[in-house]
Amino acid sequence: MTAAVARDGALARPGTAGAPQGAHPGRSRSRRARPSGLLVLSILVAAVLLVPLAFLLVEAAGAGVGQVASLIDRQLTEQLLWNTIRLSVVVTALCAVIGTGAAWLTERTNLPGRRVWAVLLVVPLAIPDFVVSFGWASISTDVSGFRGAVLVMTLSVYPLVYLPVAASFRNADPTQEDVARGLGAGPIKTFFRITLGQAKVAILGGCLLVVMVLLAEYGAFNILGYQTFTTEIFTEFQQLFDIASACALSLVLVALSLIVLGADAAGRRRGRVSRASRTAQRAVPLHRLGLWTAPVLLLLAALVALALGVPVGSAVYWWAQGTNQPFQGTSLLSATGYTAAYSACAAALATAMALPVAILAVRCGGRVAHLIERSTYLVLAMPGLVIALSLSYFSNRYGNGIGYQSAPMLVVAYAIMFFPLALVGVRTSVAQAPAGLEDVARSLGQRRLAVFWRVTRPLVTPGLTAAFCLVFLSAVTELTATLILVPTGVQTLATQFWNYQQNLAYGQAAPFALLMIAIAAVPSYILGRFFDRQRATKP
Amino acid sequence: MPAGGTVSRIASTVTRRRLVKRGTAGLAVLLLAGGLAACGSASGASGSAGSITLYSGQHEQTTQELVTAFEQKTGVNVNVRYNDEDSFADEIIAEKSHPVADVFYTENSPVLEYLQNQGLLAPVNGSTLAKTPSAYNSPQGDWVGVSARVSVLIYNPSLISASQLPTSVLQLANPEYKGKLAFAAGETDFQPIVTSVARAYGDAKAATWLDGIKANAGSHIYPDNETIADEVNRGAVAFGVVNQYYWYRMKAELGASNVQSKIAYFAPHDPGYVVDVSGAGILKSSKNKADAQKFLAFVVSKQGQEIIAHSISYEYPLDDGVTTTAPETPFAELQPYPISIADLGDGSTAISLLRQAGLL
Repeated sequence: MTAAVARDGALARPGTAGAPQGAHPGRSRSRRARPSGLLVLSILVAAVLLVPLAFLLVEAAGAGVGQVASLIDRQLTEQLLWNTIRLSVVVTALCAVIGTGAAWLTERTNLPGRRVWAVLLVVPLAIPDFVVSFGWASISTDVSGFRGAVLVMTLSVYPLVYLPVAASFRNADPTQEDVARGLGAGPIKTFFRITLGQAKVAILGGCLLVVMVLLAEYGAFNILGYQTFTTEIFTEFQQLFDIASACALSLVLVALSLIVLGADAAGRRRGRVSRASRTAQRAVPLHRLGLWTAPVLLLLAALVALALGVPVGSAVYWWAQGTNQPFQGTSLLSATGYTAAYSACAAALATAMALPVAILAVRCGGRVAHLIERSTYLVLAMPGLVIALSLSYFSNRYGNGIGYQSAPMLVVAYAIMFFPLALVGVRTSVAQAPAGLEDVARSLGQRRLAVFWRVTRPLVTPGLTAAFCLVFLSAVTELTATLILVPTGVQTLATQFWNYQQNLAYGQAAPFALLMIAIAAVPSYILGRFFDRQRATKP
Repeated sequence: MPAGGTVSRIASTVTRRRLVKRGTAGLAVLLLAGGLAACGSASGASGSAGSITLYSGQHEQTTQELVTAFEQKTGVNVNVRYNDEDSFADEIIAEKSHPVADVFYTENSPVLEYLQNQGLLAPVNGSTLAKTPSAYNSPQGDWVGVSARVSVLIYNPSLISASQLPTSVLQLANPEYKGKLAFAAGETDFQPIVTSVARAYGDAKAATWLDGIKANAGSHIYPDNETIADEVNRGAVAFGVVNQYYWYRMKAELGASNVQSKIAYFAPHDPGYVVDVSGAGILKSSKNKADAQKFLAFVVSKQGQEIIAHSISYEYPLDDGVTTTAPETPFAELQPYPISIADLGDGSTAISLLRQAGLL
């Protein structure tokens, strides 16, 4: 960290460089030490995010070591492990290539219609997994099992890599590429050594999200008939009424995600981003695609057709095919209102929670800060079902049932589930905002909060927006936790879709699927516009 | 460069400020909307006089029709939650210390039997139980049967002819049906068939049978009956085991001209020919038992049963005097395997057999 800070800009921060790393927080009370308020906030956030883990441990302890061991020591476990691992490896690799490639094309080249592509490429994230799977399954029966799972998951989660990498390309320092070219490196070498190097943290962050989301995925695998730990956890819970066993299996998921986090941390250590001070930044020159324009456009069109066209097409097809039943305009409107409100609150909450953790981890560093940051990722690998159960468990056991099945609890559940998505967005921006500017502001006598509001906040705003949009998109389509925690009598778009689909009322389910996609397209559009405006203001 | 850089930076900061302001305003509006929605729902859920909470694992549209008619008739407000009935069973147990539900309405009897065995259900009024045949109510009187459905084969005549179909459930495991059969092992509707087979032929034979149908179905083991109906109809697989109403429901949804599939019954009294009962019970913890009893009485009343008979669920109402208008085989003419509700039990035998076969 220290070395990275020194490389970070002309104005290295003497306080951080000299402070004892990872020492007791109370001890480092020098003038420029880690702000204790930030640390307390971060610890609070981490504590909230570890509630589901606490629930798992309590419940699994209830099952007893013998029961847990016998559950894990089954022939099935080996198969589940193999299924989970091979899918994670293949899908993550595909997402890394597709997400990074698409981000480079939309941010760094003179691709025609960049603004439109930037929106279209993000929207697939907003299509519920169960809609995507149904869309594909209705086209071909070959879309099932491992190949089906790879296809469907790659097409629905690659935006998790695309978004942070695009933000990173957007903010990266172009002078380094120029220097590399000036020193005689070819365009390809420059791309791999410099461009990808600058985006490495974002790519790794995106891949981490992809792996974790795959570990927790349920809906798509259920439809495609692909068995993973998560589908087995649902079976234990739903068919066997065995919460303790479901929790024991969830602990295996937690162990898997710890391994992934460890590998990611190792990769990250070798991938610090450095950049010249932002004050010296100039506009990013766009690479000219030239003769490549047509093939590249074709490739992107194919990607969008597969990721967006198939599910939207099948939803429209159902709508056209389906019935005669009167169209429920009012329920559509109220479901849309609730879905948007819950998702927006959750997105705002998750983004606000991510800010202190990201600033602490990036600006102050140290073992404590990193432990806090890393621990928050664990939650992503937990199925929505487990998170909903943990909240209802603690509410019923210790909270006198307060807040159970209330809107605030649902919002908190979403914020917990999708917090890591927010963190990746915020962290990328904080890491790229030059700390030097904050130090200048501080040295000019600004208070810490004023510095945050006037200097840090504007610099990290693209990241905050990305974070908000990511959480919003994900919350709009959430189903399993929503079914348990939504206030009685309220339907969201996802639960209403599910209700109709359960009753084969595809014609009536389809508008809800289309609305989910439409609502999620709004933040995608804002995201695209936002980046585009910034670009437009540059000379 | 320095001058241009500064200008651009100022320009970009100004634009960004404007955007941020607009963004903040938008966020505030959304938060306000969220807050209002939260308040609205909170007040809606609070228990004013004459209000019950219904956990429904049954079809939303039919449940909603029943609820609306009940509210109009009695003035009692009903808050409905929808989820899978097996998820609800877990929730009800998890909520034991702070119960929420007053009435639990399910698609199948085993979940109700399970909760009854846990001592979580209260007795149903005798007058309500008397409305439906006692064979389809809880043997202990803790829940009432509301409607019924029957297991059938759905098949696609372009892939298999009616004469080639099995007539006995045991034949589903015959090698000749390899690659042709579809079923939904995880669906609560399938468990009664497994229980029935185990009761008729013993656990050992049932286990072998499950291995056989697992091998025959291969990749056609689907998550639910809706998928089976769809896949058979469009010719992805030759035939499958479902409840009868899925086919009628699909026909109503897609229009008769788009339905290529047909249904066939097992031989009379074959263990695969099973009547499943959808029922409703009152939670022992309910603080609104009087209104809850009213709701149960309503769903088995003439009015309630007529609603079910004419709904798009295509289930059989259990009141003898009410018949469906759909072109279904009349309930009285069905010749199911004579297995009692008590023998169908809480499904634990079926679950352990399915699990042993690696199907769960």
